[in-house]
Amino acid sequence: MSGGHRQIVDPVTGYETTGHEWNGIRELNTPFPRFVIVVLLITVVISAVMWILLPAWPTGHGYTPGLLGLTQEGEAVQGFKAIADGRASWRSRFAGDDFASLASDEAVMGMAMPAAARLFADNCAACHRVGGTGGPGFPSLADQDWLWGGDPATVAETVSVGINSTDPDTRSSQMPAFGRDGILTREQISAVADYVLALSSGKADPASAGGKIFAENCAACHGEGGRGGLGTGAPSLADDQWIYGGTRADILTTLQNGRQGVMPSWKGRLAPADIHLLALYVSRLAKAAP
Amino acid sequence: MLRLHYNLEKLSTGLVLGIIIAASIGGFVEIAPLFTIGETVERPADLRPQTPLELAGREIYMREGCYACHSQMVRSLADEIDRYGPYSRAGESAFDHPMLWGSKRTGPDLARVGGKYTDAWHVAHLTNPRAVVPASIMPAYPWLSEPLDTSGLGPELATMRRLGVPYTDAMIADAERDAEAQSQPDSDGAAGVKERYSEKIVVRDFDGSVARVTEMDALVAYIQSLGQLTAIAHDQPPADGE
Repeated sequence: MSGGHRQIVDPVTGYETTGHEWNGIRELNTPFPRFVIVVLLITVVISAVMWILLPAWPTGHGYTPGLLGLTQEGEAVQGFKAIADGRASWRSRFAGDDFASLASDEAVMGMAMPAAARLFADNCAACHRVGGTGGPGFPSLADQDWLWGGDPATVAETVSVGINSTDPDTRSSQMPAFGRDGILTREQISAVADYVLALSSGKADPASAGGKIFAENCAACHGEGGRGGLGTGAPSLADDQWIYGGTRADILTTLQNGRQGVMPSWKGRLAPADIHLLALYVSRLAKAAP
Repeated sequence: MLRLHYNLEKLSTGLVLGIIIAASIGGFVEIAPLFTIGETVERPADLRPQTPLELAGREIYMREGCYACHSQMVRSLADEIDRYGPYSRAGESAFDHPMLWGSKRTGPDLARVGGKYTDAWHVAHLTNPRAVVPASIMPAYPWLSEPLDTSGLGPELATMRRLGVPYTDAMIADAERDAEAQSQPDSDGAAGVKERYSEKIVVRDFDGSVARVTEMDALVAYIQSLGQLTAIAHDQPPADGE
């Protein structure tokens, strides 16, 4: 090193050098750009202002709340309120349960149905599928077959209390395990499965062995002729619609182990207006179906 | 000020001291609040510890890496409240060791999913997600139908107690039996589980086969407990207006 204590100024740039020299080449000591330093100082000033305006400093058991009094929770709830207010103009209409006048009010339904579709997708479609077509174990909503009734008020009640749910007012529907619990023998189950298949194709003979077993064990819920019974949740067996599958093997499984399909109760999770909205949405799904 | 720094750079001892002071301030600001964390995180009075079966499900949740795609935290943002419900409070996770908040959502948040879907749906969905949600990209977990190994649950509850979860001696002693009884509603032990934990816990045959206690039972029991351990998880925010 040469010239350690003497500041040598580079004649071309006007900058000082570090004093280091290698074979006549000196290292420039270029100062930090003034712009960056100014920006840095501005950020320091901004942070000082924010310390005063926003929650900032811990004070042992608390913190300085800031002059604006903002909290993250407050902001979130405020923002959610703004979202809710944006919907209030049409959503408040759904707080009541006058489904007939709502359904005929195309203006309000036009605004509400896109939101209902989102609600359905988020809450119902997991089981009932997008479009409500259902799947094995989960009934289709996009048809005219109903277990508990398809008018909006009944659908709203079903959504609200659920089926075989944990709600005290739940709708309850239990198909017993005829095989597992030893209510019927294997031969009887086989006979009644044949009878159920015959019911579905419209060729059932009530005088047959299976027919008699059906009358004694099944008709209480599924009705004479297996047309199902609204209010018990027992599906019609005299059509080609099946919840748990319509092959002989499926029917035998159902008879053997029973079925206790569950629909959760939604009244703790969805507001009444949302439930009414969904009920109208579902009744439209059914109407749109062929 | 810049000149001061320029001179400091040339004094190695002074520079080291300066670095230590600056880093200490940063460290203090980060660490000091942790000493008051007990006051910051309010443990809800009604928070119940997880049952042995739910805890076993939690282990499976971690083993299968569910947390890599599912978070368990509704953030305090308006859109999150709108979609998932009330935002998560720290106290809800007071008994979680480790917490499973997650940081990435390939799938939806699960903090409020308990009770939203049925057991049968969860079983079908975990066995093959495409069977119920055709567009799902979630992997299938068919091996969850294997029997559940309950042998480690007693010691695990004891470990949790050392971490601050209020498990009683009776809970630890009966852990294995409780895990089986919770999925066998008609068994003798079923009443004991409710008695020891809470009337609100779900005693059900989760996977549809009463005879065997499977990993599926445990995982579904755990999923159904998410957001159900304390009432603050589903208290509606004041702005809901309902």
